[in-house]
Amino acid sequence: MAKSILKRVLLLIGTLLLVTLLAFIAFSVIPGDPTEAVLGLEATDAQIAAFRERMGLDLPLWQRYLKWLGEFVTGDFGDSFNFDMPVAQLLLPKVGATLTLAALAFALIVVISIPLGLLCARFAGSWPDKVLTVLDQLAMSVPGFVLGIGLMYLFALVLHWFRPEYVPPSAGLLPHLWYMLFPALAVAIPKSAMTVRLLRGSVLGELGQDYVRTAYSKGRSRSSVLWGHVLRNAMIPVVTFLAMTIAEILTGSIVVEQVFGVAGVGRILITSIGNRDYPVVQAIVALVAIVVVCCNFLSDVLYRVMDPRIDGR
Amino acid sequence: MKRKNWYLTVGAALTAVMAAWTILGFFWTPYDPSARSAADKYALPSLAHPFGCDYMGRDIFSRALEGAGTTLTIAAAVLVIGFVFGLLIGALCGYYGGAADAVVMRLCDAVSAFPSILLALVAIALLGRGKYNIIAALGVLFVPSFARLVRGEFLKQRDRDYVKSAKLMGVSDLRIIFVHILPNTWPVLLSGLTIGFNNAVLAEASMSYLGVGVSPTEPSLGYMLSESQAYLLKAPWFTAFPALVIILLILGVGLVGEGVRGQLGVEP
Repeated sequence: MAKSILKRVLLLIGTLLLVTLLAFIAFSVIPGDPTEAVLGLEATDAQIAAFRERMGLDLPLWQRYLKWLGEFVTGDFGDSFNFDMPVAQLLLPKVGATLTLAALAFALIVVISIPLGLLCARFAGSWPDKVLTVLDQLAMSVPGFVLGIGLMYLFALVLHWFRPEYVPPSAGLLPHLWYMLFPALAVAIPKSAMTVRLLRGSVLGELGQDYVRTAYSKGRSRSSVLWGHVLRNAMIPVVTFLAMTIAEILTGSIVVEQVFGVAGVGRILITSIGNRDYPVVQAIVALVAIVVVCCNFLSDVLYRVMDPRIDGR
Repeated sequence: MKRKNWYLTVGAALTAVMAAWTILGFFWTPYDPSARSAADKYALPSLAHPFGCDYMGRDIFSRALEGAGTTLTIAAAVLVIGFVFGLLIGALCGYYGGAADAVVMRLCDAVSAFPSILLALVAIALLGRGKYNIIAALGVLFVPSFARLVRGEFLKQRDRDYVKSAKLMGVSDLRIIFVHILPNTWPVLLSGLTIGFNNAVLAEASMSYLGVGVSPTEPSLGYMLSESQAYLLKAPWFTAFPALVIILLILGVGLVGEGVRGQLGVEP
């Protein structure tokens, strides 16, 4: 087990180096130097040379990568072209809002999908299952941002449960969380639908196994088999799926943040893309990719811990 | 078994309706989608304007017809790029294996680590907006997932007896790959295609919604939604109809995919 996890860790480091390299290269082969975007067309040659030296643009590519990587891991993401401040300082206040949104969405997915998935499996083939399967298919077909607009209409404009205006954490934690609940729902509902589907299939798959038949033949009741035997095994694919979902929650929130006007990472990303503010975009891309790679690693390790049979191969 | 067929029937019917809707939009719209009319501002849905009018008095029905065309063209082009290259790379990697396969798959993993909308946004930041840049960016991003899917299928098939006997009979590798193995992987590929299609529609709509998709002069469902949000209370139909078209597009193809998976007993 330890050896297999060590191997995974080495693989993780390799993948992290590769994704950061990709993030770096993408922004180094930009058609047209950032010099022009920052200094404008009227810059003198001396100004251009000074800027290129300050930004390290005169070094060979691999040296720039190592320099960039070294700074990146110490939290120095360079300076924003547009806001004239370090990218780290620009992003720090936005990260909180995005992480809150992602954490709420993740909690909602777990709370919504696990009981519903078990309900579907318990009553497979009868009416609660049929109703939920249809709802599930519908929920999967609604993009998160469209759902967000729908929630905005229903809960803000018709029911007046919240004002359609972003509430920053400085206005109090509870009002902030209450506001964030709605974008989190918009992110969580389509993903929950997928999780319900997966859990249902997984439980039904386990119910057909020999150990379930054995448990029944020993006189166990249906719910005792479900809770005591099946659930642990059926959760294995679900847990690994949930770990990987974190990546999709993050991308989903980029768009949904825009619907609800949340001042998060997604917002600043879209603004920076509009401004061609490459250091900001690059830092966000690299950070998200690192989170995704780490989640995939976590999913892989969890899978091995929960199901030791995998290492038998 | 009966319920699975039901998925396929409803999905195919819905997809056919949406395809007809889109094709109609290429040739005919009741009004000019960009024509403004001060008299029809915020017009309620009526016989003259089945979906109502937006804040500039443009006919939403016509705009939704043409917008579906934009979305679908981009999604189809993205699928073709992703599928053709993914198929070639996946088939060769899966069939031959070895060091090249390992390298290519590592690279695919690294590219897949970037969420596709994020990478498409980056591509737009670097290349500028526009239809062809979106198609190129999303198309390239779809290659790794298809390559992985195809490779997995080829790995399963390449040691089967029918492949071995074809080899013994001196059939060339290329012929084995495309004539012998490929047809056996269709069910899985088809199911992958439906998922890819929906992801492409979702990505295009999201990007247009964020204002980094096709140019705003071209009607697109995502951009309509972003425009409509300011008038949500005043003209909810401005939001509702483009949203409905997106949902039905995704639902139809999603049901077909579900039906195919159920019919053939394959997992995605």
